[in-house]
Amino acid sequence: MKAFAELYAALDATTKTNEKVAAITRYFSSVPPADAAWATTFLIGRRPKRLLESRKLAQWAMEESGIPEWLFGECYQAVGDFAETIALLLPPAQSSSNLPLSYWIEERLLPLRDTEDEARRASLVSAWREMDERQRFAWNKIITGEFRVGVSQSLVVRAVAAVSGLDAAVVSHRLMGDWQPTAAFWMQLVAPAAGEADVSRPYPFFLAYPLEGSIKELGGVGEWQVEWKWDGIRAQLIRRNGRTFVWSRGEELMTDRFPELEMLGAQLPEGTVVDGEVVAWKNGEPLPFAQMQRRIGRKALGARILSEVPVVIVAYDLLELNGEDIRERPLEYRRAGLEEIAPPDSALIVSPVVLADTWEELTARRQEARARKVEGFMLKRLGSPYRVGRRRGDWWKWKIQPYSVDAVLIYAQPGHGRRASLFTDYTFGVWDGDELVPFAKAYSGLTDEEIRQVDAFVRANTVEKFGPVRAVKPELVFELAFEGIQRSPRHRSGIAVRFPRMARWRTDKKAVDADTLDTIRALLPRPVDATPP
Amino acid sequence: MDLLLQLTGNGLYCAAGDFYIDPWRPVDRAVITHAHSDHACAGSRAYIAARPGEALLRARVGGEAAIQALDYGEPLALNGVRVSLHPAGHILGSAQVRIECGGEVWVVSGDYKLEPDPTCAAFEPVACDTFVTESTFGLPIYRWPPEAEVFAEIRNWWAANRQAGKASVLFAYSLGKAQRVLAGIHAGLEYADGPIYTHGAVENFCRLYREAGIALAPTVHASAAPAATDWSHALILAPPSANGTQWMRRFGPLSTGFVSGWMRIRGARRRRSLDRGFVLSDHADWPGLMSAIHKSGASRVWVTHGYRAPVVEWLRQQGTDALAIETRFEGEQDETGAESADPSEAGP
Repeated sequence: MKAFAELYAALDATTKTNEKVAAITRYFSSVPPADAAWATTFLIGRRPKRLLESRKLAQWAMEESGIPEWLFGECYQAVGDFAETIALLLPPAQSSSNLPLSYWIEERLLPLRDTEDEARRASLVSAWREMDERQRFAWNKIITGEFRVGVSQSLVVRAVAAVSGLDAAVVSHRLMGDWQPTAAFWMQLVAPAAGEADVSRPYPFFLAYPLEGSIKELGGVGEWQVEWKWDGIRAQLIRRNGRTFVWSRGEELMTDRFPELEMLGAQLPEGTVVDGEVVAWKNGEPLPFAQMQRRIGRKALGARILSEVPVVIVAYDLLELNGEDIRERPLEYRRAGLEEIAPPDSALIVSPVVLADTWEELTARRQEARARKVEGFMLKRLGSPYRVGRRRGDWWKWKIQPYSVDAVLIYAQPGHGRRASLFTDYTFGVWDGDELVPFAKAYSGLTDEEIRQVDAFVRANTVEKFGPVRAVKPELVFELAFEGIQRSPRHRSGIAVRFPRMARWRTDKKAVDADTLDTIRALLPRPVDATPP
Repeated sequence: MDLLLQLTGNGLYCAAGDFYIDPWRPVDRAVITHAHSDHACAGSRAYIAARPGEALLRARVGGEAAIQALDYGEPLALNGVRVSLHPAGHILGSAQVRIECGGEVWVVSGDYKLEPDPTCAAFEPVACDTFVTESTFGLPIYRWPPEAEVFAEIRNWWAANRQAGKASVLFAYSLGKAQRVLAGIHAGLEYADGPIYTHGAVENFCRLYREAGIALAPTVHASAAPAATDWSHALILAPPSANGTQWMRRFGPLSTGFVSGWMRIRGARRRRSLDRGFVLSDHADWPGLMSAIHKSGASRVWVTHGYRAPVVEWLRQQGTDALAIETRFEGEQDETGAESADPSEAGP
């Protein structure tokens, strides 16, 4: 636990990626394989199923520290991080643990799965007593499942590549799919030759960069394959050894969420991997993303939801054909393969290619995006391979301009982590007659300096407090940008928007100049077919 | 019955003795707990302060000011009210104000800490009926590590930076904290790790500390250093307000650290985009506040400046008669500046 707590502190102490990679590399080369495997698990954001409820953890920490609940609440408000609050409140440490991370996970944490509350409490309190303050903090981060320390998967991949001498792409691939954090896994991960490939294992996704600058800088329009950019869940559909797997980009195995795709898999040739977007689809066009969310939210997939919100995979690319990895072959080759394997009238729709002779023509066609319920275009360079991760050059996303609305700041509450005890989470209202109705929440888009100014405004202009939420004098106007808009009976404004964020602080506008609910309603798409309530 | 002290528009006022304590506007007679700008306001007709802090106060309120200096413990009678000053352990010359009248004793703590500090006299508990305490760090998450550990961390950071060829820029409040770092960083060592440079605001107060006979590690005013200076081995002490200014450019590649009680919380460090936070404060931590309150033996506690509400609630639950009183700062505490917001720290 010592080395792991030090790793956490080292990662926390720098924002420079090279220093983070160096710290992880140092850690990997100095700990036993099982520890390296567990650390990899946590650093890339996987975690064992959460065993302990926060409420219980807080209660045991309060008992151990002799702190009443209201005071714990005050402290949490100031710290903004649950694991850290507990680590800071526990009585001063009397010892420090030299036992390895794998011991703490395998012998101490996981066995709690089969125990009652009292035994859990005793075990946890004893763990806290055996650790120093830094270790308690790292441990709390693990057991609360809030393990975020600004490390992306790609940094972990770089560190594993550094200790193993392997190519980063190989490491990436080996880290995908289903694996257990064991010493054996770690040895396979860093082994020189590729071990047996897991049949379920997806390839790392290639992600497009947002287009910067002018479209003309991309050269001739004839050098590009253009497709619509669909709004759904990016996924890989895998057919190997007579089995079908659907992986999300978040590396979640989602096969059982999509029986349509499982059936589709059986129609595909052996040794096939398709990259695409899982989209809720009906009558030849996409349903609003909220419908997909509704379906994803269901624990049990009944006949009703399956018929109301059926899904397809809109296929972008073919990564494996007849069991062969074809990612290095040119785009045209992969596209031809994709069209060839696509079963007719199935849940696989090959993403249509948009043809245009000039950039001007393409720019004009981009205006169709909203009517087509897509986010804009994907531009793929002809002849290019399927790469790993988010890279500039071969794939660009060219999204349509977001919607934008001027709204008034009406509520604010403190953020978390580095935004703790600053008012950073805002609710905005628009005019409905002479009343401001809450319309959207937004947290991002302001600079640190602007956040400080808004924070000061909130403190000086609070008109009412509801727990941590402040109602403020309606004075500040912000331009909000968002991607999608639809009716929602669950929102007071009757409207729900997708990805709202602050595009600009309109210091030139007064609250009365903000938009009205009527102008926003005008942005709503006309009802498609009768969507169920 | 009138209380011995009242809160007025100018701050705490003793009507019987006709004086204010740390008034925030000019008054006829001001008793000053210490020379930080949020406690020592210029323009009053007469000041009373502890002798070790006289020069610091003069630097703050002007050379012509009428300052009556008292030794710690030396009594002064003001209209029948007995006033004396007692070490608060906050910075050089910091004092608690003891007021006695008609058998009743009040103590106003000013800012204080209980940890030892080589640059000032140690906090002395003073028995009283009513204790007016600060509460800057009045939450139980605030608990200071031993000072020696913190200095070791600072030295290790400095050493790692030297090895990486980076200058070490350490932010610390220019009055008090910077001098405490300079007194403590090499304490007990036979050698110095490397040259230490200072920002002008820090250097001015260092001079006053040295004149008062406080031993500090040798420093060079950074702005007076030759243009060709190699900063890669240096430790540079600067006020927090210098972060991100033009003044920083000269140092080339650098790592930044901040010495403050606020650094106990990761979010406070990350928000400032600092490389390192070192937890060292001149204010009492939660155990320190509780210990000082207990040792005062006071049956009534007034809580000012900081996390007043939680401290008051906690004390009431322990059966103490406690009350939150307003500080000079309007609105609520903003942690970014609360530990000695010092206007003299603006600019190079």
